[in-house]
Amino acid sequence: MIHNRRLATANIGVAIGAFGVATFMALMQALSRASLDLPGRSAKMYYLSVTAHGVLMAIVFTTFFIMGLGVAFTTRALDRPLKWPKVAWTGFWIAAIGTAMTAWAILWGKASVLYTFYPPLQAHWAFYVGATLLVVGSWVWGAVVIATYLAWKKDHPGKPVPLAVYGILTTIIVWYLATIGVAAEMLFLLIPWSLGLTETVDPLLARMLFWFFGHPLVYFWLLPAYVVWYAVVPREAGGKLFSDPLARMVFALFIILSTPVGFHHQFMDPGISAGWKMAHTVTTFAILFPSFVTAFTVTASLEVAGRMRGATGLFDWIGKLPWGNPMVAAVLLSMLLFAIGGFGGAINAAFGMNSVVHNTAWIQGHFHLTVGSAVALTFMGVCYWLVPKLVDRDLELGLLAKWQPYLWFLGMMLFSISNHITGIMGMPRRVYEATYGGAEAAAQWKGLTLVSAGGGVLLFASAAFFLLVMLGTVTAGRKAQQPTLEFAEPLEGEPRKLLVFDKIWAWVAVAIILVALAYAYPLADHLSMETFGSRGFKPF
Amino acid sequence: MHIDLYEKFWMWGAGAIIVVFLGTIGVATVSQGRLPPSHVETIDPTTVRADARFAAPGVTTNDDGSVEVTVIAMLFAFQPNEIRVPSNTSVTFRLTSTDVVHGFQIVGTNGNTMIIPGYVSQFTTSFEPGEYLITCNEYCGLGHHMMAATLIVEEGA
Repeated sequence: MIHNRRLATANIGVAIGAFGVATFMALMQALSRASLDLPGRSAKMYYLSVTAHGVLMAIVFTTFFIMGLGVAFTTRALDRPLKWPKVAWTGFWIAAIGTAMTAWAILWGKASVLYTFYPPLQAHWAFYVGATLLVVGSWVWGAVVIATYLAWKKDHPGKPVPLAVYGILTTIIVWYLATIGVAAEMLFLLIPWSLGLTETVDPLLARMLFWFFGHPLVYFWLLPAYVVWYAVVPREAGGKLFSDPLARMVFALFIILSTPVGFHHQFMDPGISAGWKMAHTVTTFAILFPSFVTAFTVTASLEVAGRMRGATGLFDWIGKLPWGNPMVAAVLLSMLLFAIGGFGGAINAAFGMNSVVHNTAWIQGHFHLTVGSAVALTFMGVCYWLVPKLVDRDLELGLLAKWQPYLWFLGMMLFSISNHITGIMGMPRRVYEATYGGAEAAAQWKGLTLVSAGGGVLLFASAAFFLLVMLGTVTAGRKAQQPTLEFAEPLEGEPRKLLVFDKIWAWVAVAIILVALAYAYPLADHLSMETFGSRGFKPF
Repeated sequence: MHIDLYEKFWMWGAGAIIVVFLGTIGVATVSQGRLPPSHVETIDPTTVRADARFAAPGVTTNDDGSVEVTVIAMLFAFQPNEIRVPSNTSVTFRLTSTDVVHGFQIVGTNGNTMIIPGYVSQFTTSFEPGEYLITCNEYCGLGHHMMAATLIVEEGA
């Protein structure tokens, strides 16, 4: 059974609450960028809401959801409660208080610095301290999950850890590695600077530390979605996992490749030599590999499911999949959107093409397919399946749940494809309005901003369906014992032997070496150079 | 560890695609010298206008016919806000900021760089004749969407 259910429910509850606030912000932004006037529309509200949407979706929704999912999966797969439940609750409250501080700073207009918070834009100190507390709370969660795993391991010597827990452990490891960068940026640069203890910060050093964190951050979001794709969906679709060892290989590769790639976000930055940008390009392309393997293994598992449901032809297994099950439909559609997003990612990683799309609407089109679909839509699908088990109630408003993933898919196609095109045409991302005083170039992308706004409206409707289903389920769902959470069985039976991928700490050691190779020299080189700091600016 | 035959093919194929992608980038880099803007040069952001390198922002023509454009980015404008250069001529942009981080994108071209206070950005490219919109593509504050300039490329010498 799932243990520590109240903790898992509390985490997922905060996640869905943040999602709800952020989704209103998103609607307003999509309409504003198409120059559609709403009551109360202003540049100040727009940039405040871009910040709120980014922080609440990308940091708060994801982190809390992943913490809740991690508790449910770990305790169920290991069949034991968390080792230190009180510590885990303390971590939850630290993260929740931090979130409240950051949300206050943003919503009161004191921190319109976007979720990237590049200095010398300077937010209220509560923004930085709150975000840091959120990360500290997540560290506590990670430590409790690892302690629970170690206690299980002691009782089960020589036995491979269940795949779901293996995936959650890699997620935690990637997160610990990633947050070294942002913790250093917060503690040494931004918090003392926002409190007035230091005069200036070096904006480029801050960017290097941010992107040390910023790219593995996306794998922190993505890996729990992969855990669901590998360890849950094959069973929900009526089949088995095609290959357990290769799933472990994929997670192990993410441990070592997630972090030494950050400069691909800084291809267009001055102050970083081309050689290091090239080195990070190689590792960035290498990280395509585990996702290619995922595409095969997960699709093959789905084919197994279709055939177990009676398919016999070459492609009829696709139609046999349970497309009417909201959890499965959400995940399948999120995979389709992710496939498009993956190709876009390869384009971004090539710096020649990156110079055309960098900081344009293309980028927001890209990450709404990846984090906004592969991750967010998968998480919504998981909610339809997991929340009833956590609260022991039937899913309410099932019809809305059934249609919600399709509406998201349609809205996201419109939103994201129009943004990819306007991006190539040169429209910048994150602009309150994109008319540029009637410039000819800007007139050409006007029509597509309306398509993007239309997609935004559909996405908002889809998000509203999701929120109604969740609210309905926890308040009005019929109280009933739910089937227990079950994970997918591998096609070839549960692994009995330990594989090289099960030596997690060896992979961690390789990861640390690679991170040191990728970052130690450029950071040391940068710190030895004479640089000029910047004082803070608050032009918002 | 058993791996399905088709999955083996797939993994070799995926590896090959990655090698081809990296090879393409490598060839463009080595044979055509295509590199991202990676100039390393610092400047005190509080004294940009007094600094000889940025005392007179605008267009200068070098003895060899190549053109250099110096630009200062600030909340919420580029100086100069109209730039005239000849077509099909190598143009080197040198840019810095007096306040926050800005972006500089010449719409419809591959001219695109971040502008970070304390650093000098530099890139070289050439243009077809026409009038181009230049935007700030990094959020810089409430006037971000109004921060723009014009590049006019005239039929070259």
